Amino acid sequence: MEHIVIIGNGISGVTAARHIRKLSDKKITIISSETEHFFSRTALMYVYMGHMKFENTKPYEDWFWDKNRIALKKALVKSIDSNNKQLLLSNDERFSYDKLIIATGSKPNKFGWPGQDLKGVIGMYHKQDLENLEKYAPNNKECKRAVIVGGGLIGIELAEMLHSRNVPVTFLVREDSFWNGVLPQEESEMINKEIIDNHIDLRLGVNLKEIKADASGKVKSIVIAETGEEIECNVVGLTAGVSPNINFVKDSAIETNRGVLVNRFLETNTKDVYAIGDCAEQKVAIDQRRPIEAVWYTGRMMGETLAQTICGKKTAYKPGHWFNSAKFIDIEYQTYGWVWAKPRENEARFFWQHKDGKKAIHVNFDKNTREFIGINTFGIRMRHEFFDKVLTEKKEVEYVLKNLANANFDPEFYKQHEQEIISKFNKENNTSIKAEKKSWSLIFNRS
Amino acid sequence: MKTLKNIGLIICFIGFTIFTASIFTGTNKVSQETFDSWASQKVKSEFFIEKAQKEIVGKELSAYQLSSKIKNIAKASNEHYKSQKEIAWDKIIWLKWNKTSKDFIFPLARASATGWVSQNQGLFFWLTFGLAIIGGLIAFGADYKLLGPAGIKNNGIFQHSATNRGIIGIGAFAFFVIFYVLLYFFPNYLINPILSVNPIKNWMNGNESDQWFLYGFMYCSVMTVFAVRMFIKYRHNNYQILRTAVVLFFQIAFAFIIPEILVAFNKPWFDFKNAWPLNYTFFFDYNLNNLIDSGNLGIFMLVWGIILTLIIVPVMVYFYGKRWYCSWVCGCGGLAETLGDPYRQLSSKSLFSWKIERWLIHGVLVFATFMTVLTLYTYFAEIESWKELAFGISAYDIQSSYGFLIGSIFSGVIGTGFYPILGNRVWCRFGCPLAAYMGLVQRFKSRFRITTNGGQCISCGNCSTYCEQGIDVRAYAQKGENIVRSSCVGCGVCSAVCPRGVLKLENGPEDGRINPTEVLLGNDVDLLKLMNEK
Ligand SMILES: Cc1cc2nc3c(=O)[nH]c(=O)nc-3n(C[C@H](O)[C@H](O)[C@H](O)COP(=O)(O)OP(=O)(O)OC[C@H]3O[C@@H](n4cnc5c(N)ncnc54)[C@H](O)[C@@H]3O)c2cc1C
Ligand code: SF4
Ligand code: SF4
Repeated sequence: MEHIVIIGNGISGVTAARHIRKLSDKKITIISSETEHFFSRTALMYVYMGHMKFENTKPYEDWFWDKNRIALKKALVKSIDSNNKQLLLSNDERFSYDKLIIATGSKPNKFGWPGQDLKGVIGMYHKQDLENLEKYAPNNKECKRAVIVGGGLIGIELAEMLHSRNVPVTFLVREDSFWNGVLPQEESEMINKEIIDNHIDLRLGVNLKEIKADASGKVKSIVIAETGEEIECNVVGLTAGVSPNINFVKDSAIETNRGVLVNRFLETNTKDVYAIGDCAEQKVAIDQRRPIEAVWYTGRMMGETLAQTICGKKTAYKPGHWFNSAKFIDIEYQTYGWVWAKPRENEARFFWQHKDGKKAIHVNFDKNTREFIGINTFGIRMRHEFFDKVLTEKKEVEYVLKNLANANFDPEFYKQHEQEIISKFNKENNTSIKAEKKSWSLIFNRS
Repeated sequence: MKTLKNIGLIICFIGFTIFTASIFTGTNKVSQETFDSWASQKVKSEFFIEKAQKEIVGKELSAYQLSSKIKNIAKASNEHYKSQKEIAWDKIIWLKWNKTSKDFIFPLARASATGWVSQNQGLFFWLTFGLAIIGGLIAFGADYKLLGPAGIKNNGIFQHSATNRGIIGIGAFAFFVIFYVLLYFFPNYLINPILSVNPIKNWMNGNESDQWFLYGFMYCSVMTVFAVRMFIKYRHNNYQILRTAVVLFFQIAFAFIIPEILVAFNKPWFDFKNAWPLNYTFFFDYNLNNLIDSGNLGIFMLVWGIILTLIIVPVMVYFYGKRWYCSWVCGCGGLAETLGDPYRQLSSKSLFSWKIERWLIHGVLVFATFMTVLTLYTYFAEIESWKELAFGISAYDIQSSYGFLIGSIFSGVIGTGFYPILGNRVWCRFGCPLAAYMGLVQRFKSRFRITTNGGQCISCGNCSTYCEQGIDVRAYAQKGENIVRSSCVGCGVCSAVCPRGVLKLENGPEDGRINPTEVLLGNDVDLLKLMNEK
């Protein structure tokens, strides 16, 4: 029986394993060093915040793996010997495979800052990071202040986590507005405000110079490069992005760049070795996507796709329309299609914000053809299915606005803002569209 | 604000302490008149009357002394008569641990209460209920500021002893269980608490309060205080605000005020929203006779009860799911969603508990149906309910074992007492026969579902954690599958806590309601088709 070995029990590796099991009877082993069982990385924050126990982050009960004949092995892979189709584990055991899937995810970036390895400096990626945080910042008596370096999605989550235990937080962001490499200015400013409203000390346009230690080798303070200001703190969170966790692949025959390089079939240059998830880098980026996409959904989709190939039905990875979501403290965010930070030449924008500053939508469309390109939505939930269809059918922006009620996914009895949104659109675009009534047949038309 | 909260908690705690302490204090003095009228209704044993006359009447006794004296005299009396050659069965006093105290001793204890409390009922009300309610409102009110801006604030829930089966949680559990046992089986020890609500009962319909009035009043006040907590906690979520307000209204109006008014007009006590089989006594002979003897209104109640169960319940479940009842109307649900809300995360999500749940809840439904069919049979066949039917068992035996096992132990002691251990809705999930009935309709013929938003789920598990019914919501959401589980009571909290906007409770066309998927939206369209069409 063919033995499929998967390194990494994150969403991509586990999805591949599950689908291979559905499609075949192959022998499957998942090797991972972080935890015994698959857990949801995206939920780590809720464990620290006390919303959940670690137990609750596991999407499958522990009996699931046995029942589905997916063998789990807790070990660290040191290197890959693809000539002999063997893995070398950290206890010097050799482990053979017939097909190998590399799904080792990411690790937090460190840019060689002085003091970056001191006690009290943490990343926010692995379960061990969570344990460190619990150790160094259990409450605001042990941790009088924490400084977070790097303003992305993980940075703001870490800020929210510490804030939930009333630990004062200073948040250093290199850009002059939060996440404005991805978010347009309007949204970025809205999130700046949300951060400040939660009493987080947001510092925009600053870089970390160094982290200083006290006599015992623990974090004492940080220094800001631009101003030389020194801020006393007990914990430093490094959240300046992530990069593929592939050091152990580097001296094998497998070709790498920042990540493990793969073609559209998620194959590496080496026979019977594949890579998926955060650690995979497309040789040629797909459409407008980045070559490395470190998000949950793409890891899952690569796993779904690769399982087909492994089980004899060679399938290219062809992700559909881009979508993503996040939550900025209390503001939920979803996006469908593309809304770049800055409009491209052919693009026009429509932005609406609610007067309470916690809800907004930003629509991107083609100036000339009026084709809908994408939407950012804040504080209003929208239907994935609706936008997927609109993008596939290349509908016009007017169609989308008219049908906003059909796109709305907020809980029942929520206040709806379609009228207000549409009248603003009409005013700006000299149109006279009217809102369509909610239609079940439109919402559930799955054709 | 923190100080304000603590002050509120202290005030509330004082009220509770006085309330609890009063259970064990209080004295009784049985007057001749009280004794005669009680004895003439309850006992035929001259032996008992003579002895009790000497030992009880005119003496100042604690509730405990009074109760044990009565029990001892009754035992002596039974021995006396049983030692005679010819046993006079009508003079034997039936003693049973779960019946004697409430049916035999309680009426005398209630009528003979003396002491400070009985003379200062109004003041005592303020010292117990008054302080507890005001303190509770202050403490929860302070959360408005303490929780921070509106939004999901479940911070620290699994780190707090009250909500994670810690010492406080276990204490609350013990308190609830003991309270329910006293309430159902030993109300003779609850005389002072019962007196505290006496002025209200007097005012409402001129009667004297009993343990059920105390329970009803407590139920409404607890729900009100905790509803305020819900309003504050979910002030950003209209679904939660509305349903909490409505369920509170139904409890206060339909289960408390209207029945008391009916009684004031000499009509039967009747809760118009309480549907069979939750209301398991509806078809009992005494209830049917009572309704039939109560004129037009009684007949209306009878017809209404039947229509409610046979037509209104299933039709409403078809259109809106069982949530219309469980989360918007029902009193048990109302308590679970208010007092129980802090405990929702404790319900087990394992497959194993789902299996237990299905056996138990459907078992209770079968039991309730069987009992009712039997009751109606004896009723129409004009067989006395205490007559043996088969195997030495009468319809009355079955009714009383249901009443004891399901009506008291399961729905009360376990159903509510175990909130801090097994999560709220223990009763609704494992025991309620009406929920089982509606669940079958909801699963197989309903427009209600929880829609999953395409491929947006990140498997974080907030939804499953906070599902009070122990549904592993994530298991469906991460597959892109709608949730159509029979046990879902539509509380909407999974949707509220989801950080990615994945879940929406809605009523829509039946077509496409159940949508098993293999590959989620967002991937290659051809792959999606290929996998999902198989
Ligand atoms: C705090 C946080 C919040 C996030 N929130 C979101 C979100 O809201 N939405 C979203 O789309 N994405 C989010 N992400 C990103 C998302 O979690 C990742 O994209 C996803 O988990 C990647 O999955 P993966 O399977 O590729 O790798 P991983 O989940 O990283 O799994 C890889 C596993 O392999 C193990 N491993 C690595 N090297 C070895 C080795 N040599 N030997 C053995 N085992 C090894 C690792 O320890 C790890 O357990 C978040 C990430 C973090 C850290
Ligand atoms: S599935 Fe959601 S709505 Fe249904 S009972 Fe559970 S938490 Fe409530
Ligand atoms: S809470 Fe939302 S994102 Fe998290 S597992 Fe449930 S449905 Fe998925």
